[in-house]
Formats: sequence, structure tokens, C-alpha cells
Amino acid sequence: MTSEDLLPDISRLDLTSRVTVDQPLDLEYCSRLKSKTLARICVGRAGYRYKTETWLRFRADHAVAMDAVWSEVDESLLEPFGFFKVQTLIHNKDEYLTRPDLGRRFAPEVLQRIQSHCLPGPDVQIVVADGLSSPAINENIEDIYPMMLEGFQAKGYRVGTPIFVKFGRVATMDRISEALNAKVTLLLVGERPGLATGESMGCYMAYESSTTKPESQRTVVSNIHKLGTPPVEAGAHLVSLVEILMREKKSGVDLKL
Amino acid sequence: MQLKTKLFDKIYQFKDLKEVLAKANEEKSGDNLAGISASNTAERIAAKVVLSEITLEELYNQPVVPYDEDEVTRIIQDSIDTAAYHQIKNKTVGEFREMVLSLPGSELKNLAAGLTSEMVAATAKLMSNLDLIYGAQKIEVPATCNTTIGKTGTLASRLQPNHPTDDLEGVMASVQEGISYGVGDAVIGLNPVDDSLDNVVRILTSFKDFMNHWRIPTQNCVLAHITTQMKAIEKGAPADLMFQSIAGSQKSNAAFGITVGLLDEGYDLMQRCGSSSGPNRMYFETGQGSELSSEGHHGADQVTMEARCYGLARRYHPFLLNTVVGFIGPEYLYDAKQVIRAGLEDHFMGKLTGIPMGVDACYTNHMKADQNDIENLLVLLTAANCNYFMGIPVADDVMLMYQSTSFHDIATLREITGKQPIQEFAARLEELGILHQGKLTGRAGDPSIFAAC
Repeated sequence: MTSEDLLPDISRLDLTSRVTVDQPLDLEYCSRLKSKTLARICVGRAGYRYKTETWLRFRADHAVAMDAVWSEVDESLLEPFGFFKVQTLIHNKDEYLTRPDLGRRFAPEVLQRIQSHCLPGPDVQIVVADGLSSPAINENIEDIYPMMLEGFQAKGYRVGTPIFVKFGRVATMDRISEALNAKVTLLLVGERPGLATGESMGCYMAYESSTTKPESQRTVVSNIHKLGTPPVEAGAHLVSLVEILMREKKSGVDLKL
Repeated sequence: MQLKTKLFDKIYQFKDLKEVLAKANEEKSGDNLAGISASNTAERIAAKVVLSEITLEELYNQPVVPYDEDEVTRIIQDSIDTAAYHQIKNKTVGEFREMVLSLPGSELKNLAAGLTSEMVAATAKLMSNLDLIYGAQKIEVPATCNTTIGKTGTLASRLQPNHPTDDLEGVMASVQEGISYGVGDAVIGLNPVDDSLDNVVRILTSFKDFMNHWRIPTQNCVLAHITTQMKAIEKGAPADLMFQSIAGSQKSNAAFGITVGLLDEGYDLMQRCGSSSGPNRMYFETGQGSELSSEGHHGADQVTMEARCYGLARRYHPFLLNTVVGFIGPEYLYDAKQVIRAGLEDHFMGKLTGIPMGVDACYTNHMKADQNDIENLLVLLTAANCNYFMGIPVADDVMLMYQSTSFHDIATLREITGKQPIQEFAARLEELGILHQGKLTGRAGDPSIFAAC
């Protein structure tokens, strides 16, 4: 099938320079405004409403963001890396979205399984959680995980058994850290999708991550995706951050970076 | 106080007034999360029945957060107008609901000074969505900063030109686009990424320069933390409005880094050094669920806690207060039905408290709501005579990563209802050729009309 046989992909249309105002007084000025912001300006109008192109592109961008929330991580991508898979107290996406308290916790037998299957006392414990975007994990994990693993091993750190948490919130890292006595725990999680991307991943790390410490214990890196900080680059950055946490034996607000 | 009723031969016994208030709410995921909601629909209605027979005096005597523990409670209780209170204290909530629906708006405004937030919330709980619209629609709450908002027949808008890095040219690009649609008469107000003093001063000054250069009568604001804005004003930056997010309990206000003492200081500073003519110089944001999220809800429901925000805000005679109704996420407001209900409740409760209300009708991408739902809510709130909405380029906030309402939406609602922007602002839009006899001209929607800036 040639490209003439199908409609163009409206999601690929570059909005950063596109002016669709009818007969603007100064087209060049409009283009200059467009180049300064990602905001959907210079779109023009159909009467009082949006042009068809504006409306359909908005709906397309919202669709991909919503679908990101309701989709599942492709666990086959994690298998080559030997991830140990667990689930929080949550049973489905719907419950995940409405019960953040349950998405932070595990059943006692799940914590016991973690203790009996995973390496105890690691220097670095890597955790991956689906969070609010599964595509964030699907799109980034194959690039970022090997990069980090290699970096940690090169530093001589004892790296724990990687753990995947289904229906997981950030605070699951505290429970895992406590169960395994990890020094640094690093959690990669799908971020709440925006219209700009549904593939953004965040990273939270803490030294001796604990349920008794406040949220400010965590050092955060966000916006990891191909149009933000690309995963390979982010992986190298995370390795250097972990090195600082290991050296300083602290994290979050206690750490002046 | 009677906390027991029978419904369809089944007995319902509630342990206290706080439980009745919580269970009388329409369903909200946040009340479910807090574990305080009715266990089924019949229990919800039984709670409404019990609440309808409670007197306003009983509600006065039992605030949901104890007087001794909470400064917000003290502000609300102590500021009550005794004469107004004595007129209504013996009414039951059911009777008071009928008064609200029957009396003209001007009489309701006189009673407002006698109401505590618990009374306001209780009334909302017995109302249908159309009751909430009709009740709010009658109450005109104008306020004056540089211009006057809230007069019948006007529909104003906040121009929200957010940018992912606060790039000044990028921010001003959205400002020009917005003004070209007739948006920005309530305020030109930025949520900054960078809360630093220099940045806040820089943006306040840019907005003011633009307003001066193009002679646009409106208000400027940068929605940084109140302490940063105070420093900016002390440094001489022009700020027409002072902004702060507020909550319905002392504990949750602490999570925002504020106390009543700090708000008092900010208010005093604005009265002395604000760049606006006033007298209304404060801007607040609220939203159902924020108390639960900062664990400061004291076991009370999110509608009652929200009403208490308005009770606190009343102390500062704000020019603007908008509930940000869908920003908090599905664990507090699950879907479009809950967002729409919350938007109507908040708007009604604010107006009944005497607050000039706006609404940020919005949603995040992990909620079961979309732009169609938000457009529905806009039409409902416009019918309820809401003072203002948000104007964002195609409703997509590229900094806060949520969707709200657009420049096009504001213009459309005005066209549908015949409402106009704030008077002085509309007059200037006519001079600039953006409006002609109240309607958008061919030039409208073209930001390059400001090319000569």
C-alpha cells in the first residue's frame, strides 16, 4: 500500500510552527509567537468554535493519554531481565485509580515471597511500577534498564533482583526496601499522561527508603521519554545520582544537589 | 437532636451530625476513600431525611472541626452576623432550602452573613442539580478591583497563559492570543513553574506593561506562594491581586504553608501596597478533596470541608475565588457525573456564602471525563450566573498538564447567552476592533493585531 492509499496521521502534524488563523494581519508574527510556546495558539476559529483540525488533534492527543492510563504493561519485555513480579492489594485499574492507599501496600504473603525470592541486602534495588502509564514502561524500559544495570555493576554495587509491581504506587518502594534491607531503592513509574505525551516515566530514589520517613526522603527525576530526557541519557544520569546517594548516605531534601 | 429515622420500614441510626452530613452527600469517590460515605443509596437518602430536620442552630453548635482545635472554625463562627443568624437559627435545613429557593437573591444576601459553612453545605446536600443552578443564579455577587466583576449580564474570564518554562515571550504569546478572543477581563494570571522572587517580579511587570501599553482595563496576578508575592510587592512589583490556595482546616492550610496570620499579613499588605484600586484585592483557589489529600479533613466530608474554604475566604473580601473542580483526580471525583455535581455544589455554596465565584471546570487524563463533559458543565454554570471561567489555548494547559476551558469556549458562551465581558474591558475590545456591538469581529482570534507591541 502506498502513502496515497491512506489519510495522513494527524498526530504527526508538527504544531510548533503551524498557523491556521484565516488571513492574519501578520503571518510572520504569528509564526514567531508559535515558536515560543507549545500552547495551542494561532489556531483560528470556525465561527466561535474550533476548526475541525484543531478539535480532532485535541481529541487524538487526549485519546492516547487516556488509553495510556487504562492499558497494561507488556510483561514479556521484562522477562529477559529476570524481573520478579508482584501485585499490590489492588485487583483492577478502576480500584487502582480510586484507592491510592491500597496501591501502596502488599499482602503479608507477597512481602514474604519478595523476601524469599529476591537478593537480600542489595546496594541498589530496582523496582518498576506501572503507575498511571503503562506505555511509559513499555517504551522506555528496554533502553534504560540495561544501561543502569551496566552502570551499577561497573561501580561494583551489589544489584538486587529487579521487581515489577503491578498496580503499584510510588510508596511501594518503601515496603520493598524494608523487606530486603536495601541501601538505595530506585523506582521507575509511569507518570500521569499529559496531552503532549503518554509515555513519560518518572524515577524516585531514596537511601534506606522507609515507610516511617516523609515523602521528602525521595530524590525525583521526571519527564523520561524520547521527547523529554531520552531513556539512555536518563539511565546514565540515574547511575550518577545513585552514586551520590551511596556516598552521602542520604536522599531527597536532606541531599543538597 | 434526632439522628434516627425509618425509611421503607428500615431503621437508620447515625452516631453524630458529622456522619449525617457525610452520608447525605451525593456519591463522591473521595468520601468513599475516606470511608465515610453512605453504604448504599437508601442510607444516603435516610441521611438526607435526618439532615432536613436538623436546625441551623444545631449545625452552628457542632462544627465538623472543633472550635478549640482549628482556627478556620474560629474564623467562621466568630464572624457570624448575630442579627442575621437569629433570623434563621430555628429553621431546619429542609425549611432553609425552601427559603433559598423562594426568596429573591437580595434577601438571601442579607441572610448570608448569618450562615456558617456547615449550614451552607447542609443546604447544598438537599438540593438537586437544578436547585443548585437556580439558587446560585439568583444571587448576584459583584466585587471590584480595577474593574467590577459579577454583575448580572456579564461573563468574565481568567486568561491563564501558562508555559512549561515560564519563557516570557511564550507566556506573552498566549496573552495576546487570549485578549484577541476577548478573554482576560477577570485577570491575566500565570501559574509559575519557578516560584522565585525574580521570576514573579518579572512576570507581574510584563503583564502590567502589556496592560498599560494597550490600555487594557483588567487585573494582573502571578499565582506563586503568598510569601513570594509579598516579597515581590515589598520590592515594588505591580500586583493587582494577591493569590493563594486555601483549605477548610488549619491542618490542611499548614500543608499549603499558610496560616490565618499569614493571610492577614498578605491582605494588609495588599490594602496598603497593591497596585489596584480595590477594595477587593484577593484571589483564592479551592477544590473538593484537598483536605483529605493532606490528611486535614478531620473525618468530615469533602463538600462540608469545601464550604469552610468559602467561610474562611469571606474574611478577605476576595475579588476572585475559583474552585478547581476536576484537577485533583479520580480518587476524589471519579467521573464526569461527580465533577459536574461538585462544580455546581461549589459554585452554589460560594455564592450563598457571599463569595464572587468562578469555576475552573477541568479534568485530568486519568479521570473518566472528557472535553464534552466539561463543556456541559460550562453551560450549566453559565446558566447559574457564574462570574468567570478559565481561558486557556484550546483548553490544554501545557504546564499543569490538565485540560480546562478555552478562549473559544468563553466567546461561545457569551454568544449563546448574550452575556458580555466586564464593561470597561468590553469597551476597550470595541476600540481595538476585537468586538463590534458585542460580537467578535473578523479580527478576533488573530494575535498579530498586537504585532506593533
